[in-house]
Amino acid sequence: MRSSHPSPAGAFAVVARGVEKYFGHLQVLKGVNLTVEYGKVCCILGPSGSGKSTFLRCMNHLERLDKGFLEVGGELVGYREQGGKLYEMKKSEVARQRADIGMVFQNFNLFPHMTVLQNIIEAPVYVRRIDRKQAVEHAMDLLSKVGLTAKADAYPRTLSGGQQQRVAIARALAMKPKLMLFDEPTSALDPELVGEVLNVMRGLAAEGMTMVVVTHELGFAREVCDKVVFMDGGVVVEEGSPDELFNNTRTARAKAFLGKVL
Amino acid sequence: MPVVPLRHRGRWIFAALLTLLFAGLLTSMVTNPRFQWPVVYRYLFDSAILDGLAMTIWLTVAAMAIGVVLGTVVALMRISKNPVLGAVASGYLWAFRGTPLLVQLIFWYNLSALYPKITLGFPFGPSLGSFDANTYITVYVAALLGLGLNEGAYMSEIVRSGLNSVPPGQREAAEALGMPGHRVMTRIILPQAMRVIIPPTGNQLIGMLKTTSLVSVIAMQELLYSAQLIYTVNFQTIPLLIVASIWYLVLTTVLSIGQHFLERHFGKSDRRANAAGAGGEDEEKDELAPMGNS
Ligand SMILES: Nc1ncnc2c1ncn2[C@@H]1O[C@H](COP(=O)(O)OP(=O)(O)OP(=O)(O)O)[C@@H](O)[C@H]1O
Ligand SMILES: [Mg+2]
Repeated sequence: MRSSHPSPAGAFAVVARGVEKYFGHLQVLKGVNLTVEYGKVCCILGPSGSGKSTFLRCMNHLERLDKGFLEVGGELVGYREQGGKLYEMKKSEVARQRADIGMVFQNFNLFPHMTVLQNIIEAPVYVRRIDRKQAVEHAMDLLSKVGLTAKADAYPRTLSGGQQQRVAIARALAMKPKLMLFDEPTSALDPELVGEVLNVMRGLAAEGMTMVVVTHELGFAREVCDKVVFMDGGVVVEEGSPDELFNNTRTARAKAFLGKVL
Repeated sequence: MPVVPLRHRGRWIFAALLTLLFAGLLTSMVTNPRFQWPVVYRYLFDSAILDGLAMTIWLTVAAMAIGVVLGTVVALMRISKNPVLGAVASGYLWAFRGTPLLVQLIFWYNLSALYPKITLGFPFGPSLGSFDANTYITVYVAALLGLGLNEGAYMSEIVRSGLNSVPPGQREAAEALGMPGHRVMTRIILPQAMRVIIPPTGNQLIGMLKTTSLVSVIAMQELLYSAQLIYTVNFQTIPLLIVASIWYLVLTTVLSIGQHFLERHFGKSDRRANAAGAGGEDEEKDELAPMGNS
């Protein structure tokens, strides 16, 4: 089913070269390099504070990078190149770019004053200007995909964490994104609810959705990801296929980390 | 074995004493002829008093409307990343919260002494027209300006704390969906800030109702000044102050009841949702379809 999402053969959905980011004097990203092909799933692992979230947030300009090159879907994120210089985009242009990039947060961040259905159709109707009826239809399709049609009119606070996260995934998918970013989507969940969210993500991967997933779920990374990236201290320390990274770990730092979490 | 609850003897004695005191006060109010209850009754529905009452209501509503709009704008200016907007907003707060409202009212009233002619236009640039301050800065305008600008300063703090109460993840989630900034504010942030903004705004409204009496000093004919006009002629000071007080009490009571229901309504949406959640969880089974590598 890989045909359901456009995937120019061999083209890169994400290209990052030498991405640097400071918070004040603290350098959090120290030259991150990464490529993700269309239709592939890339998992990012690494200890706390290694800059995984920051890097992910750079991909849709929730954080602005200070140096380097970051391209998503063939476009520079948040900047326009002109005469050898990078000019920061207007907010409206950044918003247009973000519309094509779905993001799922650790804490779901559903809009509590809206029902599940309203959460999902808000952006399609008001950002994409899709006809409301059509948006509702699409939303119901997505809800059935994440197994929550019965909850369309429920408010987020009445849902379990796992259900909320599945709604959050449906909300992101409603914009028909070219790329989905997940920042520890299961870290805030009770252990018994982790599976239902990972199942949805597994389904998306099988459909050929391009995904970048920051996660501590090594089982998921091993099984679903095409590429696993280990970050530490603001750089990519090691990357490769799950088999390479888990079974033939090359760097000492990755070995130490995997030894601790496994 | 029978249970004997603790007897609150002190509580009973205290309640009895207070009741006695209150009863004494009440009888004195009724029997003391200087309260002049017939006069109170005569003036309670006097047309001048009722006109004053209408003016008080209108001033309250108008000044509060100015305050809410201005407060929202100033709150947005304060949280904006534009340093000039932020500084202007802070300066406004500093000036209007740092001086007594009474002084501000007299100041606006006397503005025509400071600027006899007010010219609208650009500094050192073309003028868009000018008008005579004496004709346009009437008591009415001075009262509205004074009350509204002062209220705006307090409302901006209320609005700001409401905006701050919305977790930053809400803005991020909306932005990540590609929503433009103004939509994020009007659709996501403000509606959630409302639950924090509304209760103190109710208090401000009740406060404003009483504060309007201050404009009597610039001879604005609201409720208190209407009463004053009458008692300067007939010297029935106490009865007329009682008349004004009765009306203030009626209005604040009505507003308090309204506020009670408003807050209950807001609280209810929470309770209803929770109840639905508890019930919904068992009645509908989660129908997550197994999604495989189809
Ligand atoms: N807004 C911010 N301001 C200042 N420092 C920040 C900010 N966000 C993150 N940091 C710092 O940047 C570093 C990297 O943070 P980041 O959230 O990217 O790490 P992470 O790899 O996602 O960690 P975790 O696994 O705990 O989520 C941390 O030291 C953090 O304290
Ligand atoms: Mg993180």
